[in-house]
Amino acid sequence: MKILVCVKQVPQKDAPLKLNESGTWIREDVSYEVNEPDAFALEEALRQKEKHGGEVVAITAGPARAQQVLREALAKGADRAIHLEDPGFVGLDAFNTARAFAAAIKDEKFDLIFTGLQSDDYGFAQTGVILADLMGWPHATIIMQIEKSDGGIKVKRELEAGYFQFVEMPLPAVLTIQSGINKLRYATLIGIKQAKNKPLRKVTLAEVQSAIGANLQKIERMYIPQKTKKTEYLEGSPGEIAKKLVDKLRNEIRVL
Amino acid sequence: MATTSSAPGASISGGSFLLEARPPEEIFTPEDFSEQHVLIAQTAEEFAQKEIIPNIEKMERKDFSVTRDLLKKAGDLGLSGVEIPEIYGGMELDKVSAAVIADHIAKYAGFATTWGGHTGIGTLPLVYFGNDEQKKKYLPKLAAGEIVGAYALSEASSGSDALNCRSRAALSSDGKHYVLNGEKMWITNAGFADLFTVFAKVDGEKFTAFLVERNFPGFSIGAEEHKMGIRGSSTCPIILNDCKVPVENVLGEIGRGHIIAFNILNIGRFKLGAMCVGGARESLNNAIGYAKQRKAFKKVIADFGLVREKLANMAMLIYVGESLVFRTVGMMDAALAAIDKSAADSDKKTLKAIEEYAVECSIIKVWASEMLDYVVDETLQIYAGYGFVEEYPAERAYRDARINRIFEGTNEINRLIITGFLLKRAMGGQLALMPAIKQLMDEVLSGPSSGEEIEGVLAEEQKLVVSAKKLGLFAAGAATQKYMMQIEQQQEVMGAIADMVIEVYAMESVLLRTMKIASAQGETAAAVPIAMTRVYLSQAMDKIESAARKIIADVADGDTLRTQMAILRRLAKHDPVNTIELRQQIAEKVIERGRYGLS
Ligand SMILES: Cc1cc2nc3c(=O)[nH]c(=O)nc-3n(C[C@H](O)[C@H](O)[C@H](O)COP(=O)(O)OP(=O)(O)OC[C@H]3O[C@@H](n4cnc5c(N)ncnc54)[C@H](O)[C@@H]3O)c2cc1C
Repeated sequence: MKILVCVKQVPQKDAPLKLNESGTWIREDVSYEVNEPDAFALEEALRQKEKHGGEVVAITAGPARAQQVLREALAKGADRAIHLEDPGFVGLDAFNTARAFAAAIKDEKFDLIFTGLQSDDYGFAQTGVILADLMGWPHATIIMQIEKSDGGIKVKRELEAGYFQFVEMPLPAVLTIQSGINKLRYATLIGIKQAKNKPLRKVTLAEVQSAIGANLQKIERMYIPQKTKKTEYLEGSPGEIAKKLVDKLRNEIRVL
Repeated sequence: MATTSSAPGASISGGSFLLEARPPEEIFTPEDFSEQHVLIAQTAEEFAQKEIIPNIEKMERKDFSVTRDLLKKAGDLGLSGVEIPEIYGGMELDKVSAAVIADHIAKYAGFATTWGGHTGIGTLPLVYFGNDEQKKKYLPKLAAGEIVGAYALSEASSGSDALNCRSRAALSSDGKHYVLNGEKMWITNAGFADLFTVFAKVDGEKFTAFLVERNFPGFSIGAEEHKMGIRGSSTCPIILNDCKVPVENVLGEIGRGHIIAFNILNIGRFKLGAMCVGGARESLNNAIGYAKQRKAFKKVIADFGLVREKLANMAMLIYVGESLVFRTVGMMDAALAAIDKSAADSDKKTLKAIEEYAVECSIIKVWASEMLDYVVDETLQIYAGYGFVEEYPAERAYRDARINRIFEGTNEINRLIITGFLLKRAMGGQLALMPAIKQLMDEVLSGPSSGEEIEGVLAEEQKLVVSAKKLGLFAAGAATQKYMMQIEQQQEVMGAIADMVIEVYAMESVLLRTMKIASAQGETAAAVPIAMTRVYLSQAMDKIESAARKIIADVADGDTLRTQMAILRRLAKHDPVNTIELRQQIAEKVIERGRYGLS
C-alpha cells in the first residue's frame, strides 16, 4: 500500500502563546512540534507498511522551519517527503490547504491518505475531508483501527458515548486518524542518520498557486479571554462556613 | 545542515580564549543545532521521560535488572553508540550529539551515572586505544548494551594520585597470561558490568591497562557501597586475586597506561558538564512548578522577590552552562571534522584534537558541577520543609549532585590542571601568554588609555569581558613574576588563577551566544538572554576581581602592593547594573513559561 501522511507543525502544547500585532494569529517566536494526531497517523501508516509492504510518504505545508517534522517522519521510517514550502501556507484555510496538497500530489498514485483528526492549532478537522472530496475519494473520520480486507479496508470509527462504528470501504480513500490509537515509536539514531539521505521534494507556492484561491474562511480577531469568575474559599468551622454561605446566597447572590 | 557542528573559522587552539577575541559567528551554540541534533535531543528526551523517569524508584532500590533493560533499550535506540565507529556497530556521530544525549539523560542522576560509566569511561578506552581484534570483539556488544562496561583506576589508597596504584601484573611463565593482583575501589557499574578496563603495574612499575572480563578466574566484586547519592548506580570494590588475563587483552602498550588513564578522563569531562546542565534544568523545572503552586501569606511563593531571585539565578546559570558546553564541543567537532577517519593514525589525531581543549573541558567540569550544587541547593530551599523529606524530588537531587565535584578528577585537581596546562603551553610557546602579559604591563604603565569604542547591543558587557581578560592576565603575570617556575607549589595562587580563567571563559561564552541570538532574532526577542548575560557578567566580574585581589595581596607588599592595587582597580572599573530589575525580568519569563526556556 502506498500511503500519504499529512503532518503539520504546530506550536508546542505548553508554549506560552502571544498574539501577533494585528491580533489575528499568534506570534512566530514559539517552539514547535508535530501535531499530535498526525504522529499517530504516521505511526499507523508505518505499521500498515510493515504488514502489507508499500511506501509511506509524508507531506507538509509551511515555512522552512516545518521541514523539521518531515525529517522526523523520515527518521521514524517514512520513505520520502514533500514540503510545500512558503510562509504563506500558514495562513491558508482548510479548503486551500487541501487544494494545495491535491495539486502537489497530482502525479502520484496513493492507496490511502492519512491526516490527523484535527490540528492542535486551528482545530478545523476539515483538511482531510475536503481533500477526499477534491480527489473524488471516500473518506472516514476519527479512525481507531484499520484492517485490509478483500478489495478494500475495514475501519473502526469512534462515535460518541463509547460507541464505535465499523465501516467497509474501497480504496483509494482518505482517513482522519484519532490520537492514542497506537504506541508511537522512537526515531532511532540510525533512523535519524538515514533520514538525511532520503528524498525530500520541495514544492513552491507558485507551483500550486493556480489551484488555490482566496480564503473562504478568515480569522477576524483573536483575543485572550478575561478571567471573570473567581473561586472563593470559605474558612472556619463547619458551623461558621454554613453561616457565611447562607449569608452569601441571601445577600450577594440573592437566591434565597 | 552538515552533520558536524563545525563553526566557520575551523580549528581554534585550546586556551586561546584568554588572549584572542572571537566574533559571535565563530562559536557554536544550541541555537545552531542541526535538524539531526534536534531529532536526537527529542529521542533522548522521550527516552528519559518514558523509560527512565517511571523506573526511578526501582533503580533507587538497586533493582539492576531494570537498569540493564534500560541500557539495552538505550543501545537499541543508538543512544549508547554515538562515539563508536560505524564499523564496530556504533553511530559515529559528533560530540555535539554526545553532549545533547548526556544532557537529556541526566534527568535522573542514578541512571545517568550508570549510562555515563558504560558509554564513557567504560567504552572509550577501547574506542581510542583498542586494536582491531579487541574492538571487533567487544565494541558492537557494548554499543548495543548487551554487555556493560566499567573503568577501574582508583584504589583505596590512590584516587587523585591514581598512577601510584598498588595493583600488580606479572606475565605467566608460559607467556600467555598476565596475572593481576590488587584491589580497586569505587568502581561504577561494578555490580553488574561485564567488561572492565583495569589498571595495574606490570612488574611493579609499568603502568598498564587491561581488558578484564567479569568471569576471568581470580576476578571478584566486593559489596555495594552505601552512598550518599546516585543510589541508583552501582559502586563496588574489585578484588584481583591471581586474576588471569590473556595477553591479547592488554589495552594499548605496556607501560603506557597513563596515556589512557588521563585521556579518558579528559574526554569524559565535557559530558559530565552536559549532564550537570541537564540535571540543573530538571531541578529548576521542579522548583518552578512547586513555586507556582505553593501558597504562603495568601500568595503563591513564586510572587516573592527572594524566591524569584533564586529562580532567575538558576535559569541564568543553566543558560551559561549550555553556552559553555556547546561552544566547547562545537570547537572539538570543528577540529575533529578535519581528521581523515580512514587514516591509520586517526585515533591518535582524534585524541590530540580532544586534548587540545583539556583546559576548556576541565573548566566545564568544575563550573558545571559547582553550578549544579547551587541549583539543587536553592531548589531544596524553595521546597523548604518538603525539600527536606524524601517524597519530593528536591532531596534526592541534592544528594545526587554532590558526587560531580569528586569523580572524573576532583575539582581541586581540575583547577590545578587548568592553570598548569595553560602555564605549560605558555612555557612551550604554544600559547602566547607571556607576550600578552608583557603587552598588558606596557599598556598599564603608559597610563589610562581611552580604549577602543565598542558600540551596539551589550557594548558594556563586551568591554567587561575585555577587562576581565586583562585582570586575569595582570594577576597571572604578577604571580608568575614572583614565583617563576615554583608557582606549581603555590596551589592557592594556582587555584585563584583557575577561578579567573573559568569565569573569563564562562563570561565570554555566554556573551557571544547572546550576541549571536540578538543578531539573528533581534534585541526584543533576545530580551531574556540579554538580561541573563548582563547579570551573569556582573556577578562573574566580582569573582574575578576578588580572585585578583587575593593573588596581588599574596605576591606584592608595601608600595608595590599599592601600585598593583591601583592598577587592579583601574582594570576592574565598571558601572554597576541593576541586577534586581534584570532578575525580575528573567524570573517573570520562566514562571510564565512554567519551565526553563528562553522564549
Ligand atoms: C560514586 C563514585 C563513583 C566512582 N567511580 C569510579 C570509577 O568508575 N572508576 C574509578 O576508577 N574511580 C571511580 N571513583 C573514584 C574517584 O574517581 C575518586 O574518589 C577521586 O578521584 C578522588 O580520589 P580519592 O577519593 O582517593 O581522594 P584523594 O585523592 O584522597 O583526595 C582527597 C582530597 O584531597 C585533595 N587532593 C588530592 N590530591 C591533591 C593535590 N595534588 N593537590 C590538591 N588537592 C589534592 C582532593 O581534591 C580531595 O579534596 C568513584 C568515586 C565515587 C565516590
